[in-house]
Amino acid sequence: MAQARVKFLVSAVLVAGAVGYLMATGVKETGVYFLTPTELADRVAADPSFRNVGVKLGARVVHGSIRRDVATQTITFEVTDGKHTFPVVYRGLAPDTFTDDVDVVVEGRLAPDGTFHATTLLAKCGSRYESVPKA
Amino acid sequence: MTTLGQIALWLALLVAAWGTVVGFLGGIHRRPELIQSAKRATYALCALLTAAALALLVALLRHDFNVAYVASYTSRDLPTVYTISAFYGGQAGSLLFWAFVLSIFAAAAQWLTPRRYEHLMPYVAGVTSAVTLFFVTVTAIAANPFERLPFTPPDGNGLNPQLQNPGMVMHPPMLYLGYISITIPFAFAVAALVSRRLDTGWLHAIRRWTLLSWTFLSIGITLGMWWAYVELGWGGYWAWDPVENASFLPWLTMTAFLHSVMIQEKRGMLKKWNVTLIGLSFVLSIFGTFITRSGIISSVHSFTQSSVGYYFLAFLVLTIAAFGWLLWTRLPDLRSEAQLESALSREASFYFNNLLLVGMAFSVLWGTLFPILSEWIQGTKVTVGPPFFNQVNIPIGLALLALTGVGPLIAWRKASPQNLKRQFAAPVAAGAITAVLLLAMRFGDFYAGVALSLAAFVVGTIVQEFARGIAARHRLHGEGYALAFARLVARNRRRYGGYIVHLAIVIYFVAFSGMAFKTEMEASLRPGEQATLRSPYGHVYTFTHLGVSQYDAMNRWVTAASVEVARDGKRIGVMTSEKRQHFTCTLPVEPCPAALRRPSFEPSTEAGIRSTLREDIYIVYAGSVEGTEEAVYRFTINPLVWWVWFGGFVLVVGGLVVMWPGGGPTRASLRRALPGYQVSLAGRGVDAD
Repeated sequence: MAQARVKFLVSAVLVAGAVGYLMATGVKETGVYFLTPTELADRVAADPSFRNVGVKLGARVVHGSIRRDVATQTITFEVTDGKHTFPVVYRGLAPDTFTDDVDVVVEGRLAPDGTFHATTLLAKCGSRYESVPKA
Repeated sequence: MTTLGQIALWLALLVAAWGTVVGFLGGIHRRPELIQSAKRATYALCALLTAAALALLVALLRHDFNVAYVASYTSRDLPTVYTISAFYGGQAGSLLFWAFVLSIFAAAAQWLTPRRYEHLMPYVAGVTSAVTLFFVTVTAIAANPFERLPFTPPDGNGLNPQLQNPGMVMHPPMLYLGYISITIPFAFAVAALVSRRLDTGWLHAIRRWTLLSWTFLSIGITLGMWWAYVELGWGGYWAWDPVENASFLPWLTMTAFLHSVMIQEKRGMLKKWNVTLIGLSFVLSIFGTFITRSGIISSVHSFTQSSVGYYFLAFLVLTIAAFGWLLWTRLPDLRSEAQLESALSREASFYFNNLLLVGMAFSVLWGTLFPILSEWIQGTKVTVGPPFFNQVNIPIGLALLALTGVGPLIAWRKASPQNLKRQFAAPVAAGAITAVLLLAMRFGDFYAGVALSLAAFVVGTIVQEFARGIAARHRLHGEGYALAFARLVARNRRRYGGYIVHLAIVIYFVAFSGMAFKTEMEASLRPGEQATLRSPYGHVYTFTHLGVSQYDAMNRWVTAASVEVARDGKRIGVMTSEKRQHFTCTLPVEPCPAALRRPSFEPSTEAGIRSTLREDIYIVYAGSVEGTEEAVYRFTINPLVWWVWFGGFVLVVGGLVVMWPGGGPTRASLRRALPGYQVSLAGRGVDAD
């Protein structure tokens, strides 16, 4: 009886260990830094090799900065957090909510020329389900 | 009407507080007049919240734009069905909806629960009143849907076009019904713990409730997938978004409970575990609402940030603390009556199933909260996305799928070698043959291949179970095969309904593995130009851009792009994808002249979808080159998507078979539990009189 108990405890530990291992490697392999423009600028200033690390950048689209080239499906725009501004290049389809002044999350790398090359573009809209901010 | 609603809401607040107090006091001190009062409070709450709900509904239908909520979420030109769905489309309304539905469930629990569970009911009333109290308080103070504006706007803002979809009419209430109905099992668990009546009685009392909420959750999640698929236009149905994850979490713990409860009924084991799972499911359902409503984790679903989040956080902490304390003090009453004996037993397979389900829930919770956790611990926000969830959950999911096949075949206590051979030969052969065939076909994806082989194994299990049952009836009772099938299911609804649900899960897995072969391309096409895409089945699809047209439709301005689709050179039809710009009219004129139109919301995309059993053609029109008819498209071939929706249907059928009234606890389990009831009923009788 006691032996069976030990067996089950051991197998529980094994299952928990396997799940834990999957989670740890999952985070290690797929985790992405989520930074504001200021944090990104600071990190790159402290360690230039940080450019090669893929990051997510959460910031606001600078009003009037969006240029769309439909023929090459390329969108260029600038994002800012008020302190630092980065130009962004994105090739692909932009979500419907992507317009001036919305909060966006772009994922990609910072090129040596200081342009952020995005591979994904998510637009968040505070008023997603509420059409106007409540008075 | 809103005055009536306000009054009903505030009265409900008082009654809920009263019900909480007298429920617990009456239960503990066994005072019949308090117990009676708690029961009446539950019914009164139901009446009051029904009145409040009706008041809001009337305000919505009458377009009373002086009410802030009505003005925020509806407009004159909004179709009636969406005007009604706006009830739960916004924050304040959805909280009232929650309280309203909970009060109905609570009243139903008081009304329908058989008399033999009488000793639990005052506490049940106490818990449901307490939870209602929380929701009514938040509704009345932090997010009141009856608040009026200082002026009356001529028209409302309208409902977000993405919510104007049949899926979105049904998805939130189904999910809410799932979330909310977990409160009832939770209330029974608390009642059993407080009263220390921890025999299997309370488990029988909640069996239908747990199944009901599990089925609602499943429907809600599946409808959510459907909505995301047809409305969000990114070409998939599950993105591991925080709000999706939040709905998945209680589903996982409830699934674990539905299995482990059988071990407690049969063997008197896992008592602590089962109580914990119910508590966890309730906490996770509140957590789900919290995630949706607080905006603490950025998500496509999150509503504007508001103070409501803090109320939920406080309620969560309080619930966890109180339930944890209650469980801790009752641990001696929850001792196991037996022990696991062999790894080759049904108990063991359920045990692993539970470990995996809870492990999965933990990993999903971890990944969902990781941005917050990493910021706390490291000072830097690190996010994990779909790759993380897939990497972790696909192996766990496949292990669970394997157990789905193993569990029903293996004997209780300890399986003998003969038992294993007799039971596993055919299903394992089915799985192995499938694996060999897939290898011979040079099937392209490892995980999908494993999933399909395991699916064959599980289907083998299910077919064998049905076949043996039918054959036995045919032999013993001389029934025809059809009659034998019907009687087999009708007489053992829990078992065979469960198999039908397993079949649904297999269908989901097969459909999910199809997504490994999703192919897509983007193209910018002038009218007459073509794009070609090879489907995973080897067909060549040709998309010819026909042109772009613009027109008015109801409350929106539509730009539609059409393509002619051909498969292997044979024309199969024209498909259209739309960009819709909803507008409101600054004056109430019909039809609205162009000068008075004001765009509301961002434009929304309507994907063109052509669904077949094998694959979906999914077309999104992303926009045109300025001033021309050159259109940018994304073409996607999604294999086996239809089977997700079909899996949902089969799952509901299975759930209904199990839940259908009349089954109740089996005679054998009742007999086992009876002595406990007799003692407790006699004891109550003396006290009550």
